[in-house]
This record gives sequence, C-alpha cells and structure tokens, in this order.
Amino acid sequence: MSDQAVVSLKGVDKEFGTGGVVALQGIDLDIGEREFVSLIGPSGCGKSTLLRIMGDLIQQTHGDVVVNGKPPHQARLDRDYGIVFQDAVLLDWRTVAKNIALPLEMMGWNRQRRADRVRELLDLVELSGFEGHHPWQLSGGMQQRVSIARALSFDPPLLLMDEPFGALDEMTRERLNLELLQIWEASKSTVVFVTHSISEAVFLSTRVVVMSARPGRIVGLVDIDLPQPRTIETREEARFAELTRDVRRLLREGGGFDAAEPTDEEEYIVAEEGL
Amino acid sequence: MGSTAIEQENGGIHWRDLALRLASLAGILVVLCLLWEGFKWVGEATDLAIGAFRVNDETFPHIHSIVGQLFEPSRRNGPLLIDVLGHAALFTAKEALVGFLLGASIGFGIGVLLAHSRLLQRGFLPYIVASQTIPILAIAPMVVVWLGGRGFPGWFSVSVIAAYLTFFPVTINTLRGLTSVDPRALELMRSYAASPLEILWKLRIPTSLPYLFAALKIAATACVVGAIIGELPASIQEGLGGAILNFNQYYSLEPESLWATNLIAALLGIGFYLVIAGVERLVVRRAPEHVG
Repeated sequence: MSDQAVVSLKGVDKEFGTGGVVALQGIDLDIGEREFVSLIGPSGCGKSTLLRIMGDLIQQTHGDVVVNGKPPHQARLDRDYGIVFQDAVLLDWRTVAKNIALPLEMMGWNRQRRADRVRELLDLVELSGFEGHHPWQLSGGMQQRVSIARALSFDPPLLLMDEPFGALDEMTRERLNLELLQIWEASKSTVVFVTHSISEAVFLSTRVVVMSARPGRIVGLVDIDLPQPRTIETREEARFAELTRDVRRLLREGGGFDAAEPTDEEEYIVAEEGL
Repeated sequence: MGSTAIEQENGGIHWRDLALRLASLAGILVVLCLLWEGFKWVGEATDLAIGAFRVNDETFPHIHSIVGQLFEPSRRNGPLLIDVLGHAALFTAKEALVGFLLGASIGFGIGVLLAHSRLLQRGFLPYIVASQTIPILAIAPMVVVWLGGRGFPGWFSVSVIAAYLTFFPVTINTLRGLTSVDPRALELMRSYAASPLEILWKLRIPTSLPYLFAALKIAATACVVGAIIGELPASIQEGLGGAILNFNQYYSLEPESLWATNLIAALLGIGFYLVIAGVERLVVRRAPEHVG
C-alpha cells in the first residue's frame, strides 16, 4: 500500500522550543487513497500537530513525510490540501459565494468558471440560496459547511480536518457527519480527520489511529469494517459498539481517558508555539 | 425567504437608528447652547471672577451674536463675514485635503512596510513616535523654508505640515490592523499557495480596514488643525489660520468675529470627519457588532 500512499510518515518526531517539549515521537503511518482516517487521542497528544505537519503548516523535527509522492512543501504549492479548522475562519467582508471562491481566485479561474463551481458546491453542502449572505448571518453549522465547501472547491486530493465539528451541538454534528460522508463518497478525496469524539471517529472512518498522551505516539490502529455507506442506523449496530469499545480500550492504554471532555487549550498552545 | 427577513429587519433598525441619532445630536446641541447661555447669565448676574477672567460679552458672546456676526459685513462696505470665511475655509480645505491624502498614503505605506519586517519595526518605530513629540511649531518654519526655496507654492508647505500630523495615527493603526490577522486564515492562504501580494490584498488589508478607518477619522480632524496651524509660519493670509490671526488682533473690538471663525473651523473639521465616516460605511463590510 505504501506504494500509492497519499500520506506516508516514517519515524516522525516533533519537539517544540529549545527546552525540547516532545509533542510527537516515532510516528509511522501510511494513509492510502480514498481512506478516511481519524486521529483520536487525549488533549495535547499532538494529533493537531501531526495534521499540521502533513499539511506543511509546521515542520517535523526528525523523520520523513511524503505526500502524494513528494515533500509536503511541494504538495502545498501544488494545492494538494483542503484544510478545515474547528472554527470556520470565513472572511467577514466576503459573501458566502465569494468565501467559497477564494481559493479559485488564487488559482486564476475566471469569473464564470468560479460561479459555476460555487453553484455546484452550494448544492453539495445544501446552502443554495445563501450565496449572497455574509458569514455573520449564518449559524455555526452553516458556517462550517461553507468552510467545507471552500476546502473542496478546488478538488484537493487530501482533505485535512482539524476537529471541524468540535464547536457544534450534538444534533448538528451528527447531521454534518452524514453529509460529510456523502461528500467524501462523491469526491475522490482522502480524508484525515482529527477528533475528540470516539463515536464520531468510529462512525466516519475507514481506520482510526489512537494516540497516547504527550509525548504523542500511535498506540494502535483500528480498522473500521462497518458496511458502507454508513447511515443513521450504523450507530445502533452491535459491531459499532464493539469497535467503539476497542478504540476506548486503546485510549485507556495510551494513558489518556479525557477524550470525552475536550479541552483544546493545551493543543492550541502546542499549535501556536509551532507558528 | 430567510434572506428577505434579515434584510427587512436590518432596514427597519437602520431608519430608527438614524432618526434616533439625529434627535440625540440636536438634543445635545440644544443642551450645550443652554449651558453656554446659562453660564453667561449666571456669571454676569453674580459678577463671577476667576482670577482675571470675568464673564461678559467680550469673553463670552451670546450664541446668537456669534452666528449673527457671520451675516454682518466683514468690513465697511465689504462682503459678508460668512463669504470671507467661506473662501478662507475652502482654501484651508484644499491644504488640508492634500495634506490628508499625502499623510494617509505615506502613513499607510510605512505601516505596510513595517508590518512585513519585525526588524524595520524595531528600528524605525521609536523614531516615528519621536517625530510626534516634536512640536509642529518647531518644524513648520523649516518646512516652509525648505519647500519655499525649491519653488513650491506656500499652500503646499502647509499641506506637508498637515501631512506630518496625519501620517502618525495611520501608520500605527495600519500596522496594528495588518498584524491582527487570524493566524488560521493565514494558514489557509498558505494552503492555497497564495503569494505574499495576494495575502496582503485579499486578507491583510481587508482585515486592517476597521483599524485604518479609526485612524483616518483621527487624521481627518488632525489635518484641518495642521493646515490652520501651518498657515501661521507660512504667512498665508487666505486661509482660516490667517483669519484667526487677523481677528485675534481685533478681539477686544469684536470678539464675535473670532468666535465665528472658530465655529467655521470646527465645521470644516466635522465635515472632513463625516466624509471619512461615510466612506467607511460604504467600504467596510463587517458583522454588525464590529461596525461603528
């Protein structure tokens, strides 16, 4: 599989500062084409940091990172990444349509082509009719859908999502989970998804990567063999409960069982040090 | 649908807002006039004296006589004072406008430059701050001599002096605005492989606009003050500064003329401010809680 791996990590370490806070240690991971991989672990385990390394937003201290057969820096310049953060990070002065079209402007698409693509995407994230709205006129869930549409606008082969639904209420979250899976099926993207929620990870993923508390290591991989496509009933299947239990057991082994109570602060401090 | 509901709601709030604002403006104006006249009345009735200061028609003219003075001839058989001051105000407005454009552009340029280099910021910011601690009256004669010697018209020296007062708040706020960008928005731009110019144009400058306009509003009034003050060492007679100097000499004879001149100068400053505030409303599209 490592031949056509979209992301390939070998012996990746990350230390912050001269004091040597070790955020990640010895990360080996191959992510194949069309996979949906979730990274889960306690706060401060470096899962966001790992995502940032894949996306060339920060650099690893040691180890090799290859994305689509090239260094992450080149992959970024080739626009191989679509990134979605926990907050939508929309530009207030732009309408929904213009927010979605932002990456396309950078790629030199003409107005007509942009408008056509934006219409498709609005349809995909079920926001048709809101193209003229400004971000502050939308609910949190709608804003996040705009942000997903923006990330998908240029059909990136790799979608990096850093707790995209972490700030939303449970009901919105479950609905967006289903929508995301439909989008994933329709697109040809590979998804790497950081989350605090065990059930979200199991429900969405083809594979769950469980990480330990600092220094972040991979404790185990859980293949999620639930049938595709996933539906509302998926969460009620016996196999779902088993897999959830497996992930939880691994989390406990990793020494972090605060996965149910997300505290982002620590992770953000680590993330900011990297800037 | 949802969209029209939001728009209608905004429209409704907008009109009520405007009416309320105008009413409060008028109300405050009435209260200020009443305070002025009240103070004058009490001061005169009780023969109030604060040191050498006494309240009388010389120190504290009636508001109606100040306004009335505008419609008196400025000198025997001459034009009305309001015509004279109107022309002076236009002249000063030209100086102030050129000074504003000059100062705002330079200020913005320096801000952009400093925002892109920590090193420049550390090196230059102290001097930029120091430039503002030097009294304008110490700089003005030099500017007049330098530029006058190179054949620039006198009013342009005044514009440069106004620009000197204008650029500082613009630089400081541009710098602040350009560096207050959400770091995640920067990361997104990087992930789209945006060029530094695209990041500046599509992200940093739009983010900085509310900060920039806060500074431009300060600068709009500062450039009028700068132009008036600059006219004195430049020996320019045609502007409001010249008028102020002139009416200063005759203050004991007709104090209303100086007060009337001050009134016009204040209106000019308010006019500049309102233009900028109007442009801001057109340009800055932000969530309602960020505007105003």
